This record gives sequence, structure tokens and C-alpha cells, in this order.
Amino acid sequence: MSIYLNKDSKIIVQGMTGGMGSKHTTLMVDAGSNIVGGVNARKAGTSVELGGKDLPVFGTVKEAMTETGADVSVVFVPPAFTKDACIEAIDAGIGLLVVITEGVPVQDSAEVFAYLEGPSNHGATRMIGPNCPGIITPEESLAGITPHTIAGKGPVGLVSKSGTLTYQMMFELRDFGFSTAIGIGGDPIVGTTHIDALAAFEADPETLAIVMIGEIGGDAEERAAAYIMDHVSKPVVGYVAGFTAPEGKTMGHAGAIVSGSSGTAQAKKEALEAVGVKVGKTPSETAQLMREILESR
Amino acid sequence: MDLMEFQAKELFAKHGVPVTLGIVATTPAEARAAAEELGVVVVKAQVKAGGRGKAGGVKLAKTPEEAETHAEAILGMEIKGLTVNRVLIAPAASIEEEYYFSFLLDRANRQYLCIASVEGGVEIEEVAKTNPDAVRQIPIDPGTGVDEAKAREIVADAKFPEPVAEQAVTLVQALWKVFVEEDTTLVEVNPLARLAGDVLEALDGKVSLDENAEFRHEDHAAFVIREEEDPLEAAAKDKNLNYVKLDGQVGIIGNGAGLVMSTLDVVAYAGEKHGGVKPANFLDIGGGANAQVMADGLHIILGDQQVRSVFVNVFGGITACDEVANGIKGALEILGGEATKPLVVRLDGNNVDEGRRILSELNHPLVTMVDTMDGAADKAAELANA
Repeated sequence: MSIYLNKDSKIIVQGMTGGMGSKHTTLMVDAGSNIVGGVNARKAGTSVELGGKDLPVFGTVKEAMTETGADVSVVFVPPAFTKDACIEAIDAGIGLLVVITEGVPVQDSAEVFAYLEGPSNHGATRMIGPNCPGIITPEESLAGITPHTIAGKGPVGLVSKSGTLTYQMMFELRDFGFSTAIGIGGDPIVGTTHIDALAAFEADPETLAIVMIGEIGGDAEERAAAYIMDHVSKPVVGYVAGFTAPEGKTMGHAGAIVSGSSGTAQAKKEALEAVGVKVGKTPSETAQLMREILESR
Repeated sequence: MDLMEFQAKELFAKHGVPVTLGIVATTPAEARAAAEELGVVVVKAQVKAGGRGKAGGVKLAKTPEEAETHAEAILGMEIKGLTVNRVLIAPAASIEEEYYFSFLLDRANRQYLCIASVEGGVEIEEVAKTNPDAVRQIPIDPGTGVDEAKAREIVADAKFPEPVAEQAVTLVQALWKVFVEEDTTLVEVNPLARLAGDVLEALDGKVSLDENAEFRHEDHAAFVIREEEDPLEAAAKDKNLNYVKLDGQVGIIGNGAGLVMSTLDVVAYAGEKHGGVKPANFLDIGGGANAQVMADGLHIILGDQQVRSVFVNVFGGITACDEVANGIKGALEILGGEATKPLVVRLDGNNVDEGRRILSELNHPLVTMVDTMDGAADKAAELANA
């Protein structure tokens, strides 16, 4: 088991023929993902060879789904076109929409999220991202850009706002392995939250313990802490980045900003510790905390 | 990007929000000249910080001489660490009542929020504490936004007094246009004033623009005031580097926003054992760890006179460590004699053995390799304290 993504997932790529899209489609094929095609209206009817696979290009997401049975789409289109690409995929009824694109205007994300919540979606689509590394269920499937070589299958569920901290944590705990590792993205508005992932990991029998990585900005970690208190029985270890970030400065991720006294790393750490989540001071200390939990089982 | 008051007011005027632009002055003489033109004025410090009035940065001037004297005092003043380089000379208004109004991005609920109160403008935070019911919070669906009907709902909910209610409906729609058409995350009017004769006017304005939306707002580039930026941050922006200047001694280069933020924290902890040294900056080079990007990054960091050592922390995900190692090697060649500070490098992940081999072979006197992030942070802090 795993969350959101498994070996049976059939994946299409929106923006497959672009630079980022073709590079990462190749890497997804290498990771063992079942990539079944791509979408580009201007190249419909052609095909591209990526990672040794001949992949058909369709004019629309709907057509790609009808022809291939795809249930996952990974989006690499540029920021100016991301909103339309997402709306198209939601209209087509895609099950999982993974938006890798960085730099999407936040009002576009807000509109896409409102559309997801609205009557047009029928509740069919889950969106991950934007501005995220995507999701990997090691040894089964990768929908995103996480290197599949870092760690294999195992009992740890990982949810993180950051791509490279996801990689770092997978590397630290590579001897244990992961059920699924999901990067939810560093933007102010994202489709899947820490809470969504915590709920899914709690329900997943293969996940025995959860690492949750947060960073400054917003109150997603505080809300996740409240959720853990009431709904998560599995051990959770936390890490929060950005203790040294000054107020009012955006630290790389559009959402990583301390505004006034809200969104600080200290407040997030305290909220998590208040519900019994052990929080590491550094990524390696966090990994060590998880190691102790897994070894004491 | 946060705008200054005079810039926010320009956007207000563009979308039909009632506002008086006033005149921006950078010298006391200009302030005097502006006051001669406008009559009784308010001299207002232009900095991107709240609490300007309380800090003494807003003063009424009845005569041009007074305007000059106030400008003299306010220009050069520091408000929350920001130096005042310009003042807005605005005609004094006869205020009957002050209201508060804003549209903002509500991250927690992934929608927009309108906050409105007729119980006092500038003291809104006090009102929120003592009489929270008077501060109305009205959710806005990003899918449907604010049309006339929604504007009427807001005005009724906030209980705008009858004589100005119709004006408020129009004003709310104009502010909504500022909010969406300019791709903002915050539009705030505080105070929104009811002037003599029951006329509504935005007497102050705060706007935060979404930098991700710059590609569809070429005109927003004009709001960047070069001299107000940190010179190193401005230089980094020219090179498309994601750099934030901090006040410390250990320069930081890393890949990925989360890992770099984490690196700053780890260096700060390590610094506690080494004379309290701190990280000097945030710099995320993303996946582009080639020699030129690395050289550009090091050039910016070494331009910071406080920097005593540099920590390069890379986890090779898609980027391979040998590319990063070659990037460092190439950067040291490009920089030549400019590279004078010790460099602590930690590489891990994709192709790490080859990356470490390249740096060992280089055997550069400034470069120290340490295998772990914590160990490397400790070494960099130690070198910064040497």
C-alpha cells in the first residue's frame, strides 16, 4: 500500500514535450512509472520517445484519458498557462493532478482551488502542488521530480513543503525506506495540505510512522498539530525550517514568509511539541528521532 | 513586493478609488514647494512599515515653512530599521469618521477575505481586541469574486452609514479591481475616511503585489525603487539569484529553498559554540549549479564585508554532485584573486563520490570538504570565528 500513487497508476504529462517535461518524463520512466502519454494541443497525433518508450501526444487531457485510461497527470507547463492546464485536467475528471510548476500567481492557484471545491469538480480530482517535487511511492511509481534512487520502499510516510528537504530526509532514512513521500509545495495556496497527507498516511496500513516537514509562513503546521492530536495514532516526528528567517522577507518559496508575529518556526515547533510530536533541531536530529521510533518497535 | 503609500495610491487612482495623490518630496525644499501649491498639508514618511504615525513620521503642516521643518525632521529618520528617503505631501483633509477596509489572501482557508470596520480606522487592532464584532470578516470566493451584489452585502454587513453607503458600494468594487487586476495579496485602506460633506476617500493605502504574477504586469517593475533595496540583494536580483541579506558572518549557498532555510538554522546553532557567529545570507541556486551561477553567487556573498567563511551545502537530487564540484572548481577559476574566504563544502546525494573526488583532486587551499551537514556547519562557523 501507499498513498495517492501506486504501481497501477497510469500517468500522463501535461507539458511533456517542453524542456522540463521531457527531461523529467524520462526520469519518471526510469523510475518505473507507467507513463502512458502526454498532452500538447499543437503536437497532437505525434509521439515522442522518452526513456526508451514511445509516448503518444494527445490534444487534450480528456482525449488522453479516454485513449489510455490515465488517472494521474503531472503538470510541467509554464506559470502563465498552469491555471488553464489545471482547469482542463479537473474538467476531464483526472484523479490525481500533480503540479510541479514553480512561480504560479497565487490568485491563479486560489481560482483553481475554488474550482476544485466547486460543483464542477464532482470531488473527483486531488491536486498536489503547485511548486512542489510531486509524489513518489518507491519501487512503484513516481509522479514528479524526486530522484527515485535515494531510498526504497519502507515503513515511513513523509510529507514536506520542501523538495530538497524531502530528498535530504529520504537520504537520512534510506536504510528504512518509505511508503510514500509527498512534497506538497512551498506556495501560499496548495491543493494537498499536511493534514490531507497525515489522514492518508494514518489510513495506510504500510505506513508505520510519519515524518512531517514544515517551514515558516502560514499556519498549516499549527493546524496539522491540532489534527494530529485528534486523529493520528501513528508516531509523528516533525521538522521546521526557518528559525533564522527575518520578518517580512520571502525565503525562496513564495509562501515562506514571516508576517508580523505569525508564521514563525518557533510557533510551529511549539504547536507540534504541545501535541506530543518530537521536533528535531536539524534534519539529521529529526532522522535520528524517527530512527529511535522505528528501532524500538 | 510591498508598495509605499504613494505607489498604492497611484494604483487606487488607476482603478477609480477616490484618493488624493499629493506630491512626493525627497528634500525639505521640495516639501516646502509642494506645500505652497497644496495649502495645509500632512507630511508623511514613505517607508514600507506600519506605525509611521506613532514613530513621528506623519505631521500636520499649516504653512510651507512648517512643511519644510517637518520634512527636515522626517527625512533621514529611521522607522523600524528603514531609513526615510521620501515624504508624501498630501492636502490635509477634514475627517468626520475613520473606517478600515481590506481585501487579502486568506492562506488558511485558501480563499480571499474582506475585513471591514466602521468603528475606527488606524486603531483597528485595538477595536479588534475590545469589540471584535465590529470588525467584520467576509469570505470571498475566488471563483466568483466581488460583483455589485457582493459589494452591497459587504457594505451592509459592515454597516457603513446610510449617507455614504452608495459611495461605499462603488468604492468596494473599485478596490476589488485593484485587488484582482493588479494581482495583489493585500489591498488595505486605513483609514478610509468620511470627509466633511459625506465624501469617502482613501487617506492611506497599503498594497502587496504578487511577484509570481510579474510576467503579466510589466508596469509593476516601475514600483521598484533601486535605492531602497539592499545593494547586494539588488545585484543578486540582476543575476536572477534568490538572495536575502542577513546580519551574520557565514555566507550560505545551497540548493532548494527548504534546504537553504534549514542550513541557516543549522549554522546558527553551530555558531552558538563559536563566538555567536550567524548566517550572513540566504542564497538558493536551485538546480543551476554550474560554474557561472556558482561564481555569481560567491561574488555576491564575498561582496558582503561581514562574511568570514562560506558554506556550500548541496544535496544532489536531479543535479549531480560532480556538476556541483565542477561548478565550484570553475567558479574559483572565474573569481581568481577575489576568492579570499574559506569555503566549506558539503556534498551528498546523486554521484557524490565523483563530486568529492573532483574537489579532493583540486586540493584548493580555501576549500574544506566535510561529509555531513551538521559537521560542515560547525566547521564553517569555526572558520568564521577564527
